[in-house]
Amino acid sequence: MKETVFEYELPVGEKLRIYRNRIMPCSEINSPGRISIVSGTHGDELEGQYICYEVARRIALEPENLMGIVDIYPALNPFGIDMASKNNPLFNLDMNRTFPGSADGNLIERVASGVVESILGSDLCLDIHASDIFVREIPQVRLSEEFAANLIQFAKLTNADMIWTNATATVHESTLAHSLNVLGVPTMVIEMGQGHQINKPYGDQIVDGIFNIMCELGMWVGTRPRTQLPAMSSDGSVEFIRSEKAGIFIPLKEHNHFVKAGEVIGELLDPFAGEKIMDIVSASSGLLFTQRIYPVVSEGDLLARILTGAF
Amino acid sequence: MQIVDLYDFKSTYREDMAVKGYVFGSGEKTACIIGPSRGNEYQQLYICSQLVKKLTELEKGGVIATDKQIMVIPSVNFYGFNLAKDFFGVKNLDINAYFPGNNYGEPISRLTGGLFEKIKEYTYAIQFTSFYERAECVPHVRMTETGYQNVSLANLFGLPYVVVKKPVPTDTATLNYNMQTEENCAFNIYTKAKEQLDDACTKNAISAVLRFLTRMGIIKYECHSGYISHVLKEEDLTDVYAGRAGLFKPVVKCGEYVRYGEKMAEILDTFDGSVREEIAASTDGIVFFAHNTPLINQYETAFRMVHRLHE
Repeated sequence: MKETVFEYELPVGEKLRIYRNRIMPCSEINSPGRISIVSGTHGDELEGQYICYEVARRIALEPENLMGIVDIYPALNPFGIDMASKNNPLFNLDMNRTFPGSADGNLIERVASGVVESILGSDLCLDIHASDIFVREIPQVRLSEEFAANLIQFAKLTNADMIWTNATATVHESTLAHSLNVLGVPTMVIEMGQGHQINKPYGDQIVDGIFNIMCELGMWVGTRPRTQLPAMSSDGSVEFIRSEKAGIFIPLKEHNHFVKAGEVIGELLDPFAGEKIMDIVSASSGLLFTQRIYPVVSEGDLLARILTGAF
Repeated sequence: MQIVDLYDFKSTYREDMAVKGYVFGSGEKTACIIGPSRGNEYQQLYICSQLVKKLTELEKGGVIATDKQIMVIPSVNFYGFNLAKDFFGVKNLDINAYFPGNNYGEPISRLTGGLFEKIKEYTYAIQFTSFYERAECVPHVRMTETGYQNVSLANLFGLPYVVVKKPVPTDTATLNYNMQTEENCAFNIYTKAKEQLDDACTKNAISAVLRFLTRMGIIKYECHSGYISHVLKEEDLTDVYAGRAGLFKPVVKCGEYVRYGEKMAEILDTFDGSVREEIAASTDGIVFFAHNTPLINQYETAFRMVHRLHE
């Protein structure tokens, strides 16, 4: 059932509407569970589009197996998706810095508040993000330390490749996930793939995880997908490799493969002079879980992240 | 006057963005004036350039106190200006959302980190900033409430208002907030214009800075005393929202006094010209902030008023 979460009038012949698809069980169930699957806060992150589609499609194939409410929000930032823009293109504002908003505030605050209000009451929320256009990520759950104890039980069911628990920066207190966690809705951020793209295998992997979670919550009585236990990591077990110079980056290792300490994982080139500026070397052994895709780099740009330690 | 290098941002194919400071006087680093961080803050760029011109003249006249140093940074984002982009770089990031920065992270964090190390050596930071909204405002000094904010010193600019804002999470990454937490004094100056060059507004802003520098004993300069500022808390401003979207036709201006119920603007249908809404004042008071572009969205802030303040 297509429901309007929030709408407002635009100046010239149009309304902006944020929709959700509410999928109800076929039969009446006492106190049904409810899961919200949210995507499109950043308009250039499209991995969630396939996940939303595939969850709805699989439920439609076996509606009798649904024992709870599934709310799917494919596009919290419709303008951003329409314009391939991370931010709200009109105000150049990152929507994921505007939560929880305010019902009687300005336009930006009301939109955020409308979204939060509609999700409240869910037993679990999954906020699906992609990486940006610059780096590619393996499917992972991102948890802030503050809420990790409560969320880890769900994170292990997602079928993601890894769970990354990190410290909460103050600015992240205005994200949707943080706001919902504070308001009592356990919310996990899933990050995967890259901006402007859809990686179907990654999407299928996470959709399996979503049905796994729904089975655990008693919301799905169909076949439970076979899933994996994600690797666990924290800030201390991730090596960041950044470019120390501007240039063109060429990766020499496959994404989602293991590398050894001292191994060259890429090269930084100067196309003008036809010279190699430097080799990019991993200081640690581990899984290359983040890889630079966009070749043009400045000093400080992320080239790779390595998951180190035992996992 | 000396020109000093503050940070060199290196690009693969563009000329380096070499952020420079214009230094007047010598000795104790007292006041740093920071120009626009967004590439559409043309008025703020104009003010800083005129301030450099004025301080150059004043220094020749020997008005800078012995052992006092002033630095003006006319812009920290000329990459943005030269492409008519508000934000910085290919990732489209707001520089004033990445302080205090560091010397090991993302390119933008290295830029802000490099600048912050230099700016925090100065006792007073005076930054020319603007709202993200498409609006104009009454000239004022704005500061984030950190516990270190110094309203008495803000009064010395002699502008009509001083506004103290309670911080939201995103404010914790601004220059103003971080300068204060380093126990320096930080003031943001908002002028009426942003994207237009306004000579009256520029003179007003330069006078305010020179007045402050005079009153702090940094320069010896005879100027008008300005206002005894009216101190406001941000939350005490009364917001007036657009109930409908359309063509925005204001009938009152910033700084004007309006009575309760008085017509402030009309919102017209963009196709048939009919009046969709007449916005009426929700209180007696001074218009502090006014939307200033021809189109307005429903729920967008049309005006902000200083409640029950008379001319």
